[in-house]
Amino acid sequence: MTADGGTNGFLFDRVVVDDVSRHFGRRRAVSRVTFHASRGQILGLLGPNGAGKSTLLALLATLLRPTSGTIRFGTRDASTADDALRSHIGVLGHDLFLYPELTARENLAFFGALYGARDANAAARQALDRAGLADRGDDVVSSFSRGMRQRVALERALIHQPRLLLLDEPFTGLDDASTAVLLARLRGLREEGAIVILATHDLDLADGLLDEAIFLRDGRMIHTAARPEALRSTYRAVMTGRPAPSGVEGR
Amino acid sequence: MPKWFVPAAVVCGVMFAFSPLVIASADYESTMGLVQKIFYYHMPSAWMFLLSGIVCGIASVRFLTTGDPRHDRTAWAAAEMAVIFGVVTLVTGPLWARRAWGTFWVWDARTTSSLVQWMVAWAYLILRRYGGPGSDKLAAGLALFGVANVGFIYVSVNYWRTIHPATTVVPKLPFSMGFPLWYCVAAFTLLFVILLQMRVRLEEQRATLDTLYLSLDEQR
Amino acid sequence: MMRLAWLILRKDLTVEVRSGEIAYTTLFFAVTCVLVFAFALVREGRAPEDGAAGILWIAVVFAGNLALGRAFERERQAETLRALLMAPAPRTAVYLGKLLGVIALLVGAEIVLVPLIALLFQARLLAHLWWMIAILAAGTTGFAAVGTLFAAMLVRARSRDVLLPVLLYPITVPVIIAGVRGTAALLQPELEVGVVRFWLALLITFDVVFVTLSLWTFESVMTD
Repeated sequence: MTADGGTNGFLFDRVVVDDVSRHFGRRRAVSRVTFHASRGQILGLLGPNGAGKSTLLALLATLLRPTSGTIRFGTRDASTADDALRSHIGVLGHDLFLYPELTARENLAFFGALYGARDANAAARQALDRAGLADRGDDVVSSFSRGMRQRVALERALIHQPRLLLLDEPFTGLDDASTAVLLARLRGLREEGAIVILATHDLDLADGLLDEAIFLRDGRMIHTAARPEALRSTYRAVMTGRPAPSGVEGR
Repeated sequence: MPKWFVPAAVVCGVMFAFSPLVIASADYESTMGLVQKIFYYHMPSAWMFLLSGIVCGIASVRFLTTGDPRHDRTAWAAAEMAVIFGVVTLVTGPLWARRAWGTFWVWDARTTSSLVQWMVAWAYLILRRYGGPGSDKLAAGLALFGVANVGFIYVSVNYWRTIHPATTVVPKLPFSMGFPLWYCVAAFTLLFVILLQMRVRLEEQRATLDTLYLSLDEQR
Repeated sequence: MMRLAWLILRKDLTVEVRSGEIAYTTLFFAVTCVLVFAFALVREGRAPEDGAAGILWIAVVFAGNLALGRAFERERQAETLRALLMAPAPRTAVYLGKLLGVIALLVGAEIVLVPLIALLFQARLLAHLWWMIAILAAGTTGFAAVGTLFAAMLVRARSRDVLLPVLLYPITVPVIIAGVRGTAALLQPELEVGVVRFWLALLITFDVVFVTLSLWTFESVMTD
């Protein structure tokens, strides 16, 4: 990647989800969802369990293919997803994707090398510093608390400086200090021009963080709000079908 | 169902109904007697077993390369045909063998290979049934491997019995490749096509139902 | 791509050395298998003819089945297989890395099993060492090649534990036959090199064909 975060080859300035559906047999996981997110934006996917947030993130991570509709990363279509495209996407899943038997440094170095970092050890060192865990770098991850593991996992997701960052329930199980660190990190990423899409049902934390909120239920988009405030009341209103205080009604 | 289906099914039914007569009219094989007649069902069903395997393999490869669910449906149907015709072959064979060679089973190249390939077909069905989502691709992979394995299984089983296969266990079978055999082959082939068509149609209708269900849901 | 495969292999070996879970349990299981066979088959202190060859390969196959299941179960737990698939690494590199790891594990088990069986069943398995190594290497590779693909395929399937042997054993029948017969030929009082060469050639051909097939299908089988 170039110093200004360029993507050497194609223009990756926004993610466009266009009328995307995904079903498994008869189970409709995601149904005709349309939205877009641009550089320097934090977009939130909100909704109850089973609303399709994780499936949507998996679609955006190119792990799944939509059964209809298209996803575009800048000028590239997701169906042409190859190594080059994947090197610009970072994912922090619910399960953290860390090898518990390896140390933090080894995890970071492994994924760094996997994502093509020229000097994996240096990248790992920098990542540990950013996570504030430089002194715990040589301890195995299984000995870490949830918050520490989250920090390592976040740095793992960011080690290749991705243009698009996808987070699935990142605030789960974090204490206040770790949460504050994560929020600061996300805001910093926004400054740097990354596209951040996160799924959460922790509305209090998402308040004031999101540039745009998408409300999902049963796989369908039922409401969107730009620069949302008072997320909790909006959420309650939207989910029970009453008119929302602000924003645009979905289909 | 396509237009040719009902006439074909009728013809097939009639052919099978008359097959005992046709078989009875064949030369009476002196050494083995009546049991030899089983051969007229055994051979065609063995050939259909082979054909099912080939169809399943080709459909699986096409499914893996194109992702078109039609090929997946064909592969699944063909695998079921393989299991069915395999059972017929593996039951009629020993029944005949008991009279011909004195034992129900001999571990020779052809019989053992057939048994192993039949187990692969059976494994395919178990995978489809219990594998959960995504088992269509997995099963296609299994079918591909099963087909690629045919040569290896035959060679290894052949040389497993004895490293000098000049003396085969199975003596050359004296039967007339006459009209009764070809009649039964035709009947079985027709049966294969009919059953395959029925099974594929069943899956097509299931898929259509799923699509309808989903689109209905979306309009709410 | 080889660099990435090597990276994954090294990671797997590091993890395994730290925890030892798969190695120890697989080894223990293999040895227990051999003991069970001893109790079942040895009569009056003598094992049946060529029994040692069969016992060796059955122990390898059973232990291999267990190891494959465990290796991918571990990836499933932290969803790290997903992370590997999402990385900009060619999927074939992931397959190769995993395959080499499984082979290393099985070779480790065989290093213990061969002398053990030679001892318990008075079989001169080590008499023609290079041939023995060749047959074991070729057979293990074939078994592991098919097994790694199937185990990876089944990671997200239901009933994956029972489905792996159901799928794996029929397909690896040629490997088992060739391995046992090749090993048995080595145990004969006079070594028939032609026979051993034949089975070895079969195994190597199997390896080439099925590793190639696995590499070719891994990508399409792992995408949704």
